[in-house]
Amino acid sequence: MEGIAATGGLPADGPSNKDALSKEEVLRYSRHLIMPEVGMEGQLKLKAASVLCIGTGGLGSPLAMYLAAAGVGRLGLVDFDVVDTTNLQRQIIHGTSDVGRKKIDSAIDTLREINPNVRIDRHETALTSENALDICKPYDIVIDGTDNFPTRYLVNDACILLGKPNVYGSIFRFEGQATVFGMPGGPCYRCLYPEPPPPGLVPSCAEGGVLGILPGVIGVIQATEAVKLILGKGETLSGRLLLYDALNMRFRELKLRRNPDCPICGDHRTIHQLIDYHQFCGVPRQPAPEPAAADGEIDVTALKSRMDQGDRFVLVDVRERHEFDICRIPGSTLIPLSELGRRLGELDRTADIVVHCKSGVRSAKACALLREAGFTRVTNVRGGILAWSDKVDPSVPKY
Amino acid sequence: MAKILIPTPLRQYAGKQDTVEASGATVGELLGALTAQYPDLRKNLFTDEGKLRSFVNIYVNDEDIRYLSKDATPVSDNDTVTIVPSIAGGR
Repeated sequence: MEGIAATGGLPADGPSNKDALSKEEVLRYSRHLIMPEVGMEGQLKLKAASVLCIGTGGLGSPLAMYLAAAGVGRLGLVDFDVVDTTNLQRQIIHGTSDVGRKKIDSAIDTLREINPNVRIDRHETALTSENALDICKPYDIVIDGTDNFPTRYLVNDACILLGKPNVYGSIFRFEGQATVFGMPGGPCYRCLYPEPPPPGLVPSCAEGGVLGILPGVIGVIQATEAVKLILGKGETLSGRLLLYDALNMRFRELKLRRNPDCPICGDHRTIHQLIDYHQFCGVPRQPAPEPAAADGEIDVTALKSRMDQGDRFVLVDVRERHEFDICRIPGSTLIPLSELGRRLGELDRTADIVVHCKSGVRSAKACALLREAGFTRVTNVRGGILAWSDKVDPSVPKY
Repeated sequence: MAKILIPTPLRQYAGKQDTVEASGATVGELLGALTAQYPDLRKNLFTDEGKLRSFVNIYVNDEDIRYLSKDATPVSDNDTVTIVPSIAGGR
């Protein structure tokens, strides 16, 4: 962890007097101050409060911006990623000129512009079992804006071990979930979901897509819950799972209970320290190195030379129709993986079949399905159309 | 017929529908009817041993069946059964 110290010490910036508002702050927060539910007392609570935002992406962007604007005195940011063009559709704390910058630097610039009174702690690191307790400890509230199961279980366990509220939000396509874990007597993430899904069964936003506005709605709900916790006003989402369906514009809520048998917050705790969350979730810590072309696989340059030589084979694209509409490899036939099982009759079992998708994962599943159905000459294109764009035809757009 | 709400990640296995109607007196029967209609859903909801997967929760109206009678939780015609799998997206 570099930069401003996260533990103790004098604030490196921002006003040092937590017991009063400056003249500028009184004016800045006037719409809060004239509201009885906040008032001077509430605004001073916000100023004295500290919140850790894990991730400055889709959820982290709006929630950190609103918490800074609301006058939360100290915000910790955790991120190690770099701004990418595909982030800009939803991660509004970053702008076009920030592409290529560290997210944490871009986020800090935006937050300082919104409210220079806020003290910002810079944690440029991945949250790990080794550092999570130290990073979370100084803060009153932790907000989970991460994007993967290992980190979500890690954040949960760290918050339960430290006795801190964990404001949870998660998103997929048009759908979001939000709640507050870790309140006294309330449930935790493990009470809701004792175990993560096996890798590959639940698609991520990178694989499944996400409506750009959706993290805005869920992130702002998380920020709202954090502000209510600080003010001690209203009823929080603890014990309730809020489900949001943007497509049908419906909010629903389901009851959440603390599980007495929960291994970390139950009556008989069996988890007393942070564990290896990658192992728990069955995912490798580092992406596996690209394997050499295995049996039944070819790479895109080999595919291109087979095409150039006039080889006879059927090239099947198993992506979805809307992906086919973005880009395609010439001569390919679209049969989405989701339809392949019932469209096997369209393919000749004796033909030489070459299968591709976006990156090679779905096409590998399709190859397995075809072989199981008795097809013998089946080849997977390693790296999919993304590799095709990189190595064969750069005019093919990547998505 | 009770109404079953299918979450976004599972719609691809349920004919792309967000709501499916099925008959059954209990949650177990209802999910049995659902997976008979959409066999691809089965491996996403149940383990090979036929146990509900631990990252999938089932609610009858707003109550988690783990705190009712699990598979044997009775379902009537006007009930809404919601399948809520865990999702992790945030960036």
